[in-house]
Amino acid sequence: MKLKYDASKPIYEQIIDKIKKMIVRGELKPGDKLPSQRKMAKKVEVNPNTIQRAYREMENLDLVETKRGLGTFIINDEKIVKEISEEMANRTVDKFISEMKSLSFNEKDILQVVKKNLEKI
Amino acid sequence: MELNRSYVVELKNIQKKYPGIKALKGIDLKLPGGKITGLIGPNGSGKSTMLKIIAGLTQATGGDLKVFDKKLDYKLKNEIAFLPEINHFYDWMKIEEVINFTNNQFSNFDTDKAEEITDFMNLKPEMKIKDLSKGMVGRVKLILAMSRNVPLIIMDEPLAGIDPKSRAQILESLISEYNAETQSIILSTHEVLEAEKFFDYVVFLENGEIKLQGNADDLRKEREKSIQDMSREVFV
Repeated sequence: MKLKYDASKPIYEQIIDKIKKMIVRGELKPGDKLPSQRKMAKKVEVNPNTIQRAYREMENLDLVETKRGLGTFIINDEKIVKEISEEMANRTVDKFISEMKSLSFNEKDILQVVKKNLEKI
Repeated sequence: MELNRSYVVELKNIQKKYPGIKALKGIDLKLPGGKITGLIGPNGSGKSTMLKIIAGLTQATGGDLKVFDKKLDYKLKNEIAFLPEINHFYDWMKIEEVINFTNNQFSNFDTDKAEEITDFMNLKPEMKIKDLSKGMVGRVKLILAMSRNVPLIIMDEPLAGIDPKSRAQILESLISEYNAETQSIILSTHEVLEAEKFFDYVVFLENGEIKLQGNADDLRKEREKSIQDMSREVFV
């Protein structure tokens, strides 16, 4: 996993987002083992301390668990896939809506634009 | 030497005066252990002076310095690797001779590691210093610094005046050789854009004073800016 990162945002958060995305897409499954922090640091080409922070944060979010001597695993619970996809979808839509509102679109206009564009796809 | 103390380097009101110039105007700084710290600042900001004081290569004219919680003495100096900005090699030497020379100088030098990094950096042991480009000399300097088994590595502008390919190689090898459990690195650079993703902690220095410091990701979050953009803002 190469990380194309945005230097204006915390890097550890971008690593978490990348892993979340992989879970939503099914590239990582509940119960799967994550690479060791050292390996991940080399893969992503960032400081190992940044990876450590990302892993620690994901543990606090109950996204992963570290088993002593075995490594770090995605929580073995199918529920998290749905939870993460909902969270990520909401975040994307929130951003979209606030952008549209800043362009003075109202609810009806927004829905109309979305519908029209969806039909195009 | 273990690294489980919270600060590797502590500066209290450190000053450095040269005739007619105040290079450092009272620096207060505590650098966390097991981290890579980026020291950022324009030319003449005092970066080099500060790094040399920490490495024990020059004396402060005022203030208090502690390294690994102790006053710096000759024994402790051996626990610090310093990568100088200038090319300090004899140009008739081959890379392998430079490695052997350094190995004789320092008890904590790891020759195997040096050979490994030489290979990783696409250099040949039999190459002569005088035939190397500036970028290659920069790579040799990094090999020597990273091959010392020491808890503190200080690098003065390891990327300055070096071609982009060598810069990338230097950073890549630095991060792959760096051991966060036992080592701390402090490095000064102008090349913020390329180096910033490797920093845990950043210190912005200007006119001998610290303008801003903090954990790199926390600063990004707080200011919604890259370290590069912050430096443009901090140094007016």
